[in-house]
Amino acid sequence: MSYSDKVLDHYSNPRNVGSMDKNSNEVGTGLVGAPECGDVMKLQIKVNPQTHIIEDAKFKTFGCGSAIASSSLATEWVKGKTVDEALQIKNTEIVKELALPPVKIHCSVLAEDAIRAAIGDWKKKQAVAEPVAVATK
Amino acid sequence: MSTVVENIPQVVSAKGVKLPIYMDNHATTPLDPRVLEAMLPYFTEKFGNPASRNHPFGWAAEEGVENARAQIAKLVGATAKEIIFTSGATESNNLAIKGVAEMYREKGNHIITAVTEHKAVLDTCKRLEKYGYRVTYLPVGKDGLIDLEDLKRAIDDKTILVTIMAANNEIGVLQPIEAIGKICRERGVLFHTDAVQAVGKVPIDVNKQNIDLMSITAHKLYGPKGVGALYVRRKNPRVQVSALIDGGGHERGMRSGTLNVPSIVGLGKACAIASEEMAAESKRLAGLRDRLKESIMSRLDETYINGSVEHRLPGNLNISFAYVEGESLLMGINDIAVSSGSACTSATLEPSYVLKALGAGDDLAHSSIRFGIGRFNTEAEVDYVADKVVSTVLKLRELSPLYEMAKEGIDLSKVKWAAEAH
Repeated sequence: MSYSDKVLDHYSNPRNVGSMDKNSNEVGTGLVGAPECGDVMKLQIKVNPQTHIIEDAKFKTFGCGSAIASSSLATEWVKGKTVDEALQIKNTEIVKELALPPVKIHCSVLAEDAIRAAIGDWKKKQAVAEPVAVATK
Repeated sequence: MSTVVENIPQVVSAKGVKLPIYMDNHATTPLDPRVLEAMLPYFTEKFGNPASRNHPFGWAAEEGVENARAQIAKLVGATAKEIIFTSGATESNNLAIKGVAEMYREKGNHIITAVTEHKAVLDTCKRLEKYGYRVTYLPVGKDGLIDLEDLKRAIDDKTILVTIMAANNEIGVLQPIEAIGKICRERGVLFHTDAVQAVGKVPIDVNKQNIDLMSITAHKLYGPKGVGALYVRRKNPRVQVSALIDGGGHERGMRSGTLNVPSIVGLGKACAIASEEMAAESKRLAGLRDRLKESIMSRLDETYINGSVEHRLPGNLNISFAYVEGESLLMGINDIAVSSGSACTSATLEPSYVLKALGAGDDLAHSSIRFGIGRFNTEAEVDYVADKVVSTVLKLRELSPLYEMAKEGIDLSKVKWAAEAH
């Protein structure tokens, strides 16, 4: 398997590796994939409560080079976007940017899933947090 | 009008090791220069057809072939007449299994093999199932070895053949072929062994081990690709196989087709070298293998050797690096040629069936690397490989959500994974 230069670059210099406090209300965590399938991605976003802009993103990935590159790219792309804008990111754009071959398309699908899961987690926290905030007023 | 084929670009490491390093000697081995030298005259002045019995060109070629037959026979304790030349191990396995199945159809229709066999054996058996044969696939233990009691129980009055490999191509595990041969002989069942990884690496004696048929290939033995042999026992008992390829009746009618003389000479020479050097070489390779193992495993936690350490080819090491995916590891050590049991590196996108058969779990199969140390590897190369593997695994574990979770004390087997369906 030969890799595109962009995949190699993300593999050698992955962007935004790390973890954030998953218990923070501002942080949404997406954990997708399964070890048996050979791919697990954890993608975290930190969202500004007022503007809903994703101010920071971190990832950790167990998977092949294309999976690492897809999730690294996803963190780059979501940063600075609002959560609604981030939800518009499509796996096909990741495929195009990284020039992934057909057998690696599932890596991009997983990265899109990871973005959605992270945003979903953040939204769930907001839904819970808001009524509580009202009740304590 | 020739196509330009670029050579593999070579660089030299800081410590003077030539890169890339070839450490995938179970896939194939480089040709020994002594083998090449023996082959060369048979491309040019000794170009004759050994089937030409009436002129010196034919005689010279025939002499080369018969000398090779004797060299091969000597390495495995056979007689020259028991060696049938083929195009390689896949053909040898097909000829042995299908040839026995057809020849002994009157006697029975049951074949016994093991789940960790090479596809050339498994898929041949599967094809025979379509034609009304019954096949028993013996399981293996965590060490990769079959249970001899399972074998004894599996043999019935319709069993015509047991085919169990001598050494596994992925995990290097050596099956107890002497004990298997003894059981087969006592029960009057033919015993075939795919010995492509074992011949020239560990001692093989077809009489001591009661082997009736045995597949051999040259390119795992520092010989050329595209040539192999099938040992077919001639007495006690006399074994017969139906031909797969019909034609001019070469190789006592078992395998027609003009002999590939230069390659056959190369196979012979490779066996002659192995006869001379195997004892010293296997000691050296086991030393390098143990050095690699120690160097890696003393510096990394949660690494596991796949298969028996004790019953193993000297040059083989197959390790799973927990929480790291095999293909990404290969990418990080791309100046080293090894292979992985990861799904991503296979054509089928399935993790290694051999590793799965050990019961280690798919996640460890995805994390496995096979190191195949061979004749031309050096201690300096082993040290380079160990350092590179360790630093890459450490880096990828920093990147691994699984390693992080495990360090937090989360039991990964109890996590409900939101696996995307694919």
